[in-house]
Amino acid sequence: MKTRQQRLIFVGLAILGVGAASALAVSALNSNISYFFSPSQVLAGEAPVDRVFRVGGLVTPGTILRQEDGLTVHFDVTDNAGTVTVAYTGILPDLFSEGQGVVTRGRLEPGGIFKAEEVLAKHDEEYMPPEVASTLHTAHANEVADTAHTIEASN
Amino acid sequence: MALNWFKFAAPASFYPLAGRLIPVFWVLTASTLLIGLYWGFFQTPDQLGGSNPQKDYYRIIFIHVPSAWMSMWLYVVMAIWAAVGLVFKTRLSFMMANAIAPTGAIFTFLALWTGAFWGRPSWGTYWDWDPRLTTELILFFMYIGYIALHAAIDDVRRADRAAALLAIVGLVMVPLIFWSVNCPDPNQCAALHQRSDLTKIEGNILFSMLMITFAFWMYSFATTLMRLRGSILLRESDSTWVQEVVRREARQ
Repeated sequence: MKTRQQRLIFVGLAILGVGAASALAVSALNSNISYFFSPSQVLAGEAPVDRVFRVGGLVTPGTILRQEDGLTVHFDVTDNAGTVTVAYTGILPDLFSEGQGVVTRGRLEPGGIFKAEEVLAKHDEEYMPPEVASTLHTAHANEVADTAHTIEASN
Repeated sequence: MALNWFKFAAPASFYPLAGRLIPVFWVLTASTLLIGLYWGFFQTPDQLGGSNPQKDYYRIIFIHVPSAWMSMWLYVVMAIWAAVGLVFKTRLSFMMANAIAPTGAIFTFLALWTGAFWGRPSWGTYWDWDPRLTTELILFFMYIGYIALHAAIDDVRRADRAAALLAIVGLVMVPLIFWSVNCPDPNQCAALHQRSDLTKIEGNILFSMLMITFAFWMYSFATTLMRLRGSILLRESDSTWVQEVVRREARQ
């Protein structure tokens, strides 16, 4: 029985160690995961200047402008605190639309325009048929407005 | 001890029990899979609305989400059997962990693959190094690493112990996969996936999703037990009861 208890302690310690490693990794993920930069971070100069990076946020309604060549699209990405104009040439994904989340990858041009090589749309956790979703939508919009207010308040 | 748990820890008594259970699990798999797929294809809306206007292709989630759930769950179960094997040195526990690994790897692959197909039309890309996708890919490598390490060591008992340790170390990935999307502050863990919220899923969609999850779970039981029976026969091939089984089945 003695050795079995020793093995139990050993395995228990191993699992504890793994748990601690996982907790550390989670906290590291929380504090500096820079999968993308928010527009206000870009405006504050936190994003790299001469390197490819990602900007993520919501597409500002009414700012999607198709350029004369018919392929290039300009639109504003906002996090309700800052706004960056994005230029993209190519086919936009299905879920790309006004007011929706996007993640764009590219470089910041000298004029302050973000030239994207790739535009990805974010989806929503709401899986509802259109009729139900339209009634929920107003509630969702209110929620977004609320978070925007709290972000502004905390700034 | 009121109930003798260790009775079925003996391969000789577990082998016939598993044999009786396998058909039950297959029937459960087939019936719930049929119900889930029927419900998913014919009783759910053809497209989503509101802020998530996906078309028919959203139905990939009926395979994608259950296989992603199973990929994490099976890893936890595998690591638990590995730990039990390390502590109690029960042969069957190691065999159980060993038998789960291929099914888990298949579900992880399925989650990544279906996700890629769904991601192309909706996000606009097959693959991106987003935290959720990256951690799930590492989980796939953990499964492959476990299987490969076990296969690389000739002495089965050494292989069991080494691979079990690797399985426990790999457990670190499971909470990471969960937290890569579900951390408390959504601004800090920005990813392509949204945080999961089952209350925001319409009832019919949720029903077929849970039904197929159950089917996948029963499938995991069936395939794991089949694999387990195979490895019991292989490893115990010197014992008299295995030779009796082989002789009996040869006569039939």
